Amino acid sequence: MIQYEKTPEQIGGGQIGIVTLDNPKLSTNVINDEFLDALENVVKEAWADSSVKGLIIRSAKNDFLAGGDLDALLKITRIGDVQKITRKLHAVFLALENSGPEKMNRPVVAAITGSALGGGLELALACHRRLCLKNEKIQIGLPEVTLGLLPGGGGTQRLPRLIGIQPAVEMMTTGQKVAPEKALKMGIVHELFDSAEQMMAAAKKWIGEVSAAKDKDGKPVPVQQPWADKKYKIPGGGVQSPGAYQVFAASNAMVAEKTYNNYPAPKAILSCVYEGLQVPFESALQIEAGYFAQLVVHPVAKNMIRTLFFGMNEANKLAARPKGISPMPTKKVGILGAGMMGSGIAYVAAKAGIPVVLKDVSTAAAEKGKSYSTKICDGLIEKRRLAPEQKEKLLGLIKATDEARAVADCDLIIETVIEDRKIKAQVTKESEAVCASDAIVASNTSTLPITGLAEASKRPENFIGIHFFSPVDKMPLVEIIVGKKTGDVAIAKALDFVRAIKKTPIVVNDGRGFYTSRVFMTYVQEGIALLKEGVQPALIENAGRMAGMPVGPLAVADEVSLDLMYHILKQTVDDLGPKGVDQNSLQVSKLFVEELKRLGRKSGGGFYEYPPGGKKFLWPKLKEFFAPAKTQPAVQEVGQRLLAVQAFEAKKCLDEGILRSKTDGDVGSILGWGFPAYTGGALSYIDFVGEREFANQSARFKK
Amino acid sequence: MQEALIFDAVRTVRGKGKSSGALHPARPVWLAKTVLESLAKRNHLDTAKIDDVILGCVTQSAEQGANIAKISALYAGYNYSVAGFTINRFCASGLEAINQATTSIMGGYYDVAVAGGVESMSRVPMASDGGAWSVDPDVANKAAFVPQGISADLIATLNGFSRRDVDSFAVESHKRATKAWEEKRFQKSVLAVTDVNGEVLLDRDEMIRPEAALEGLAQLKPSFEELGTKYGFDSVALQRYPIVERIEHVHHAGNSSGIVDGAAALLLASREAGERMGLKPRAKIRAMALTCEEPTIMLTGPVSASRKALAKAKMKMSDVDLIEINEAFAAVVLYFMQECGADHSKVNVNGGAIAMGHPLGATGAMILGTALDELERKNLATALITLCIGGGMGVATIIERCV
Repeated sequence: MIQYEKTPEQIGGGQIGIVTLDNPKLSTNVINDEFLDALENVVKEAWADSSVKGLIIRSAKNDFLAGGDLDALLKITRIGDVQKITRKLHAVFLALENSGPEKMNRPVVAAITGSALGGGLELALACHRRLCLKNEKIQIGLPEVTLGLLPGGGGTQRLPRLIGIQPAVEMMTTGQKVAPEKALKMGIVHELFDSAEQMMAAAKKWIGEVSAAKDKDGKPVPVQQPWADKKYKIPGGGVQSPGAYQVFAASNAMVAEKTYNNYPAPKAILSCVYEGLQVPFESALQIEAGYFAQLVVHPVAKNMIRTLFFGMNEANKLAARPKGISPMPTKKVGILGAGMMGSGIAYVAAKAGIPVVLKDVSTAAAEKGKSYSTKICDGLIEKRRLAPEQKEKLLGLIKATDEARAVADCDLIIETVIEDRKIKAQVTKESEAVCASDAIVASNTSTLPITGLAEASKRPENFIGIHFFSPVDKMPLVEIIVGKKTGDVAIAKALDFVRAIKKTPIVVNDGRGFYTSRVFMTYVQEGIALLKEGVQPALIENAGRMAGMPVGPLAVADEVSLDLMYHILKQTVDDLGPKGVDQNSLQVSKLFVEELKRLGRKSGGGFYEYPPGGKKFLWPKLKEFFAPAKTQPAVQEVGQRLLAVQAFEAKKCLDEGILRSKTDGDVGSILGWGFPAYTGGALSYIDFVGEREFANQSARFKK
Repeated sequence: MQEALIFDAVRTVRGKGKSSGALHPARPVWLAKTVLESLAKRNHLDTAKIDDVILGCVTQSAEQGANIAKISALYAGYNYSVAGFTINRFCASGLEAINQATTSIMGGYYDVAVAGGVESMSRVPMASDGGAWSVDPDVANKAAFVPQGISADLIATLNGFSRRDVDSFAVESHKRATKAWEEKRFQKSVLAVTDVNGEVLLDRDEMIRPEAALEGLAQLKPSFEELGTKYGFDSVALQRYPIVERIEHVHHAGNSSGIVDGAAALLLASREAGERMGLKPRAKIRAMALTCEEPTIMLTGPVSASRKALAKAKMKMSDVDLIEINEAFAAVVLYFMQECGADHSKVNVNGGAIAMGHPLGATGAMILGTALDELERKNLATALITLCIGGGMGVATIIERCV
């Protein structure tokens, strides 16, 4: 767990203890009970040994230390149990920074050779000096907030005392991770090195000097944290200063704006800093421990850890991949159609080093699709996040063409042409005519059932749906759709491709709208139903956002465009009959498309107006078509309805076997269309509000 | 029960609340001393007869800390037997001081009291005393704190007051204040502030702009747009008022109350104590009321407080001859007039805080004095004085002239 040895060489009349973090059971170091016991013992042993002049803490893993043991935190349900862990954690860190009970002048150096996140950075903050490798891949930060937690190992207290209230609050409430150069600038680390050897040498030299330092009276100079000094002042001013008043007032409002008070962690972090920085350090740790315990047992943290950490890990480790099929890397991908989606897929594939054939009806159209990659690369170069050579290499991987034959040597072909069965069937046939018999052909359709599209294929077992989200380079999710005849090899191929381009896959069975589009559309439909019932449009939109959705349902309708909605609904009526669709949406989209000619954002107006150069606003004439009711419902009621309708549909997807696992349903809802993470996802929502309450909601909201 | 009567009222001129303002060299105790001395002198008071000095003061730190009321009484040369206490009812502190003195006289705790307020906003900046309200994360969150300008813009948005509406109101305030000065309507109670040698620092309200016009005001940038959109406060307000799509930011420095320095004080006593001192009462306090509204919209309190005070006085709004409502923001007054059916011709007839400024702790006492002078000038009977207050509170007081 932790190796401890003393330097053979003498430094400053003694030796230096080298503490190496090395968890034998895991690929990375995490803080758990076992780890804390080991660290406690090492620290005790070192400080009891008067020949030890100081300590260097380093890691044998790629990461320095990845943070807390989330598995353990997920299981804890009692405040007292959390407090037990934090007390132990605090005690070990305090023992480190106080050089043992006698507070001798024995410095501790953190030698950071890999990412120090969460508890990892907190351990480093409890050291007297932080040295770090000059490596852009190393991440430094306290990202606990992204899982509904706060830095509970003294991070909310040491970081602001080190770098000041404002930068610390910003870093902790956003979960921002920074590279070593930035960490140096912010004052989080002291010095950067090109190699681990140089860093170790510098650490030893510094310990030798500091442990031997004497003041003018010949007394040893105490080694302590800056805030232990009597003359210490918080950088940038303390809590009770005009600057901090402004920082807190603005941060309080910005946190409310960002979280709609659905996420308790950012506010708890602010409280820790506000309250903790007004009291001595050890009381401050207790304040932090109090808020930390509240968050750990809070259902929101449980939901976020379960879905965003464990659920996503499961998806990324390809839990859904059929067993017994060896890895199937894509050697060359053919993309048919160089529109928005095709261009985006071409970019992410080339970025992952996969050669791409980007085919459209004309070379000009294909080149235009390729230029999307040029545009993204240029933006990245401007931000210094990409080297010009990398751009050339990436563009060199994309071949723009108008020839159907060009995909002949592709082992994966993805069609992204318009949502029209005939055209899709035609391109499928064209591709299969030229490509190898074991090539996998995929459709990027977002609505048309795969089983039906596969009818155009000679080899339906090799035909699959790979549904990307727009914009492809930003959206993290890919929905893989298994048709009735789709074979395991095709599933494995699609999953391996999705991981190669560093996206998170979920695998669902075939059905109209699959999982994501089907459930997501209920949000829009419910918004339209509310509007028809006379709920004020602003209330609907605010309720959607306050419930945690990224945008209101009417704004979504405008983005999707009302004519596309109308087209899909009519198609569904053709396929399933009039009862197969939501009547409100059919009527309203028909009104907007046929009578009002307001198609959404793209036509300059839908439910909203889009003034050129200005901010969009709700179309004032909505009230003429949808008379507002005299009494308006409470915003919480509207918000619940907008979430419950999605949960209800997601549950149906699970019951009908569209979804193959609850985890996929949760992960897909959060990553795919921004279902609020605090609920744990569209299916966890039911557990979150409670099954009985959910049944009540379903009964109440059903018309 | 004793009756509480008003015998006199004075106020200082109001100086621009910046380091460039004419009253900036005057310490807050100096401003308070100016009004306390004047009251004693012009009424030939034996100050030993005064039971208490109550001063409203909002930012009670630095020079305004440590109970500035008692310290100012000492500094003004009042007999050491005079007690003093300082109160903070935010923007209505000056009126609250009068109401507290009134109830104490009515209840027999005092016979004679001085009540008023003081605020040097140039020397002790607003909010420099911190507090938990906006700063403490747990408190700000539960209280859904927004700056008052956001609340004022929310009131304008909810009621459809346009930028032109609020600007027009501001222009009228300057016009009325200008005319009031030209006709010397404040002469009875306004005091110049001097330096230690009696040299005049300022003898006229410094911020009135007779030339104020719609065209000029239209050029000003909304003051709270950035706070609202960049720092999250609009969202905090909308989460309480989700019926609103977005807040229209219409308030700016020109249609909000000016930040100024100043002080005011009134002499109150029971009828018997007044007679013993040989003073003639000018008015009596007829009714007082305190309410509190939803804290995020914050500034609608004058409506409910006024209705409550009117009910206590068994009066209707139309029975009141004059109304003084603090012009914290133009929308506050527009909303009050709309809701209470108060005619603009009776409201703030000599201008208000948009033209002359709002020295937080002193304003309530200043506008009551202004109403009293105007009742006498026009030979009218009753006036209602009201202010909106942080946290959603409202205070209203109805006075009636003694004839």
